[in-house]
Amino acid sequence: MSDELDYDAGSYVGEDRAVGGGDPGEQRTLRREVRGYLLGLALAIGLTIASFWVVGTNEVYRPGLAVAILVLAVAQMGIHLIFFLHITTAADNANNILALAFGVLIVFLVVFGSLWVMSHMNHNMMPMDQLMQMQR
Amino acid sequence: MSTPALRVAHDPAFGPPEAAHRAISGYGSGGPAPKRIIVGYGFWIFLLSDVIMFSAFFAAYAVLFKNTAGGPSAHQLFDLRNTAVQTACLLASSFTCGMASLAVGQRSQKWTQLALLVTGLLGVAFIVLEIREFSGFITRGAGPGRSAFLSSFFTLVGCHGVHVSAGLLWLGTMMAQFFAKGFRQDIRHRFLCFSLFWHALDIIWVAIFSLVYLVGSLPPELLP
Repeated sequence: MSDELDYDAGSYVGEDRAVGGGDPGEQRTLRREVRGYLLGLALAIGLTIASFWVVGTNEVYRPGLAVAILVLAVAQMGIHLIFFLHITTAADNANNILALAFGVLIVFLVVFGSLWVMSHMNHNMMPMDQLMQMQR
Repeated sequence: MSTPALRVAHDPAFGPPEAAHRAISGYGSGGPAPKRIIVGYGFWIFLLSDVIMFSAFFAAYAVLFKNTAGGPSAHQLFDLRNTAVQTACLLASSFTCGMASLAVGQRSQKWTQLALLVTGLLGVAFIVLEIREFSGFITRGAGPGRSAFLSSFFTLVGCHGVHVSAGLLWLGTMMAQFFAKGFRQDIRHRFLCFSLFWHALDIIWVAIFSLVYLVGSLPPELLP
């Protein structure tokens, strides 16, 4: 019954938001939700513009550009997770957070593990043309 | 007759009894979580496995980035203006999808349909731009068969595009279901999954536009 009334059907992974007492609470809640999305949108736009700006400018230490873009991307993913996917620290979100942490661990292992292993193989392998020569 | 778990939930430490059903979860007390939370959790697991699949494509792309086989490199190919417009489309559609979920919360058919329509149109614009970009590459002789770099590029970005296209189909069915059947609980749960999917696609796009397009367009001497 209380499930039938639940306020949001939206993007909440967890966090059972209260319906509000029925009276003025309802409107204020909606306004606060909209404001949350707007804040998330503004932050995401800001970070997007920052990363496009960083590529075209000379005011940033050039060799650090790739790292700067990476940092901005990770920040923006965090913004999306918090404001759009509503990953929170609430108790009923604990499972989502743990799954996310495990997912991030696997992503790191796959990406950096691949890069690490493959760079070693490139480093230790004979150049391909010499290898072809030996097989003749 | 009550189970020990229920008695824990009604413990005064958890607040008044009527709030007890919400003072739940994560830690095993207070009985089963509402179905909406379980549905969201299950779909969240799927999304994370999808992200792990994308991470494998990212790894392949990063490894093969320099293997251009004498063909065009990322620096020569990418047009950042196109990428910027695509990014704007997808970010705006993520926002309107959030608005749609608020409209569903308000049980407003008009705003739900409107927000979903805008979401879908922005998604279509994204896909059109991507198809135009891909066909431009292919006519310039930079198709997926040209080099290992381009194979991994088309696989990674194309896989995201396929996800967005599937999401657009799903969005159409959600609009039809809300229209025909109203805001039934099971349909709201489906919509919860859709909105999670759509927001997750935007997160993957953040990784793609940053690490593929922006980093790829840097002059080669700046790359590690």
